[in-house]
Amino acid sequence: MRILLVEDDPTVRSFIIKGLRETGHLVEEADNGKDGLFLAVSENFDIIILDRMLPGGIDGLRILETLRAQNNATPVLLLSALADVDERVAGLRAGGDDYMTKPFAFSELLARVEALARRGSAEQAPQTKLVVADLEMDLLSRTVKRGDEKIDLQPREFRLLEFLMRHAGQVVTRTMLLERVWDYHFDPQTNVIDVHVSRLRQKVDKPFDTALIHTIRNAGYILRAE
Amino acid sequence: MPHRATRLPHIKILWQRAWRYRSAGLGFSLAYGFVFAISAAVFLTFLWWNTTGTLAREVGQAVEADAQSLTDRLDQNGVPALIQAIQDRLDQDVEDESLYLLMAPDGTRLAGNLHAWPKPVRNDERFYIIKISRDGRTASAQLHAYRLPNNLHLLIGRDVRGRDMLRRVLTETFLWSWVMVTALAIGGGLVVRGIFSRILTSIAQTTAAIAHGDMRQRMPMVGNEVDLVAQTVNKMLDRITRLMEGVKQVSNSIAHDLRTPITRARNRLEDASLHAKTNEEMHDAIDRAVADLDHITSVFDALMRIAQIEAGARRAAFETGDLVKPLHDIAELYEATAEDAGLHLAQDLPPRLMFYGDSRLIQQGVANLIDNAIKFSPPDTTITLRASLSGDLVRISVTDQGAGMAQEDLARASERFFRADQARNTPGAGLGLSLVQAVAQLHGGTFSLEPLQRGLRAVISLPSNSNEKPPAPQQITEASPSAHDADI
Repeated sequence: MRILLVEDDPTVRSFIIKGLRETGHLVEEADNGKDGLFLAVSENFDIIILDRMLPGGIDGLRILETLRAQNNATPVLLLSALADVDERVAGLRAGGDDYMTKPFAFSELLARVEALARRGSAEQAPQTKLVVADLEMDLLSRTVKRGDEKIDLQPREFRLLEFLMRHAGQVVTRTMLLERVWDYHFDPQTNVIDVHVSRLRQKVDKPFDTALIHTIRNAGYILRAE
Repeated sequence: MPHRATRLPHIKILWQRAWRYRSAGLGFSLAYGFVFAISAAVFLTFLWWNTTGTLAREVGQAVEADAQSLTDRLDQNGVPALIQAIQDRLDQDVEDESLYLLMAPDGTRLAGNLHAWPKPVRNDERFYIIKISRDGRTASAQLHAYRLPNNLHLLIGRDVRGRDMLRRVLTETFLWSWVMVTALAIGGGLVVRGIFSRILTSIAQTTAAIAHGDMRQRMPMVGNEVDLVAQTVNKMLDRITRLMEGVKQVSNSIAHDLRTPITRARNRLEDASLHAKTNEEMHDAIDRAVADLDHITSVFDALMRIAQIEAGARRAAFETGDLVKPLHDIAELYEATAEDAGLHLAQDLPPRLMFYGDSRLIQQGVANLIDNAIKFSPPDTTITLRASLSGDLVRISVTDQGAGMAQEDLARASERFFRADQARNTPGAGLGLSLVQAVAQLHGGTFSLEPLQRGLRAVISLPSNSNEKPPAPQQITEASPSAHDADI
């Protein structure tokens, strides 16, 4: 993927660039708002990672608003030290697709970037069926089958599995699950998400030979056929 | 005129600058003295004018009456009788005040005590007040000329020396009175100013002492209307003191509770850098240090969140909604965790619970309470999430059947970073209840911990329509049955 990173702190910038390049992405960088805006409007990117507070007179939100005013729909991940709920809302309202607060774990950033990139393409078309290996989810009748066996899921488990299947092959972090499946934006401290995932595993993986839901250490989960 | 335009604001600023150094007391007393002096001047001037006017009128009337009777005498008995009458009057005038002059048409003096016709008197329609020399003395006289039949000229007047003297005395008296009144006004003004500045000085001294850091100072009660201000200021100071103590306590706690994990992370990294022999050891140490840093971040986030809620910034997100679904959802999130710990999470929720507030914050608070209950409950017990509406008070409670809390810990439970001894070894930072407390306060409600025979009940009591009441400052109590105690 071609990723534009607009971030003024050189340490953070080189950390992100190194990580993204290692995972096979092409990264362009800008260390101020002016250059960032110029790059964002003049070239095509799959994802833009945007710091909110930038030198050069143009801050992240201005860049975002300018882009959206030009009907540029490139997914934008806002990366900011401003962590208030109000700031998050302001960022999303200005047209951001996701909002991450500093300090952050690279695994979290990568997971979110990849989830955003996927959303840009695959989720455009309305889907009625999700399939990963022998696991099938019918979104209309809200049934789940693995092989020939029907799996009974609670509504919340269904949404959890749906999210994992929509992001099959991508790492999904606990925070992402808490935000997208439960719509909570706070740290629940204990391992509530892990417990829910392990319950889902009991139903989806345990009775079968191969596991589909995998734990990624220090990051989260991934649903994929091995 | 551009010149004038640029100068005017300049003058205004100068005036404002000068005025800043005047006390309100001085302004008050100046106004008081000014009004007093003006009133006295008006009053005394009127008195003076009225008195002297009356005197002048009296003389006039006497002269007119005199002239009338003399004219009658002339009409009845002729000129000699008139001369005789004038002579009689002069003889009877002991005080030597009356002035007469009767002149023949050819200018010869027929009678009277004046030697010559005074020059200024030409007209016979009005009174003249002129200086007249008589017997070697000069004095003021009020004179009126009359044209009599036979072409005689009669001049009647009164020596008004006495009246002049009276007027002078009166003027002097009044002037001095005015000076005294003005002096009194200034004196009164100074007294008023003194009273004023005494009141203000006590306020100023207290606030100055506080500004210099002595937070124990309070305004004295003096027993008048000023107490109203004093009370408000004292109340404000109490609140500031509480906030300051909070800040102090937080900074101490930050120093302690954040330094510890920071130190740990630092030591781990240093140790790894110095002693790690294998790559694996190195990675392990780094991973642990990262975990420590993540913990620091989460503590920091929690602190910021509490501060933000306490500052009341989030009241903008208040809306009316049903509280049952958010409560049910949060219970559902924790149900699995509770079951894993061998606990039963029961819900006792009404079908509907309309509430004005921020349901996400309530959710977060309740999440913290359930989280705590799960941490401190022995296996095979029940945690109950209950919500009810009694009157206009929404009560949300989380009851567990754990060990409860020591009496002395209950009161301190919602202090930031407070951790009871039995909780020292559980994960967490001791911020959960602080957040619940902050959320309850933001909604104008209370948070209390009630010890039960077996376990602990944490209760959030909130007014169901908290938009209509200002949030009252409230303290955590061991058991506070009503949130209205402080609302009065």
